[in-house]
Amino acid sequence: MADQAHFAELAMEHMGSLYSAALRMTRNPADAEDLVQETYLKAYRGFGGFEAGTNLKAWLYRILTNTYINAYRAKQRRPDETDLDEVEDLYLYRRLGGLEAARASRSAEDELMDLFSEAEVKAAVEELPENFRMAVLLADVEGFSYKEIAEIMDIPIGTVMSRLHRGRKALEKLLYDFAVSHRLAEPAADPAS
Amino acid sequence: MTMSTDDSPLKPQCEDALHEIYHLLAGEIDDTKREQITMHLDECAPCAEPYDFYAELRRCIQQRCHDAAPPELLARIEAAIQRL
Repeated sequence: MADQAHFAELAMEHMGSLYSAALRMTRNPADAEDLVQETYLKAYRGFGGFEAGTNLKAWLYRILTNTYINAYRAKQRRPDETDLDEVEDLYLYRRLGGLEAARASRSAEDELMDLFSEAEVKAAVEELPENFRMAVLLADVEGFSYKEIAEIMDIPIGTVMSRLHRGRKALEKLLYDFAVSHRLAEPAADPAS
Repeated sequence: MTMSTDDSPLKPQCEDALHEIYHLLAGEIDDTKREQITMHLDECAPCAEPYDFYAELRRCIQQRCHDAAPPELLARIEAAIQRL
């Protein structure tokens, strides 16, 4: 049983990360602020039900996710189907491996930061179909375990893994498109097989 | 392209390691398996290279996806809580 008097000192430190996730989900700063505020109000009201010592951040994300699904999703629902059949394992690595600099340097990986701007990475994540986007954000940005994600999203762990698998592939493809647009990589006409 | 996989079949250890890259990076591999894979990565450059690439990609995505909340949001939320 958690005490509401301690709510702010415990919960508010997660606001930045909740806001970032909210912004990726709503793709709109005003909606993201409303979503985070609504999340905190619900969390405050329900704080008595939070079990002290368990993962507060995961608990807040669960509220954020539910609030998002109920309040915002209907507005912008898009199909989760996306054609990923041609996206093989190591898609981005294999294609960017063709870069001039990547061949010249053993530390070609360091170039990723230079290759993809902040705006591009954000745009790629925001372009992901919604269910994939949530799973990828929780796993690869926020670092939640698959088990925690299953609880946050209220789905079986097998579904978490399949959404991550497809979401990561889709993200690699979107990032590759940015790389191509920089003319730093060859178009994907010839799969590296 | 330095991967030696284009025309030769992958060794089972390579296939295993490459298949688990994302799970390994996410810390979702049990200890025994993680040891097997990291040992393999230590001795197999063609597998270590994509592993490093995806580790860097993960860092890149993490670092690029943070937004500072607007400064007034905290005060707005605290005021809203006060009104409850």
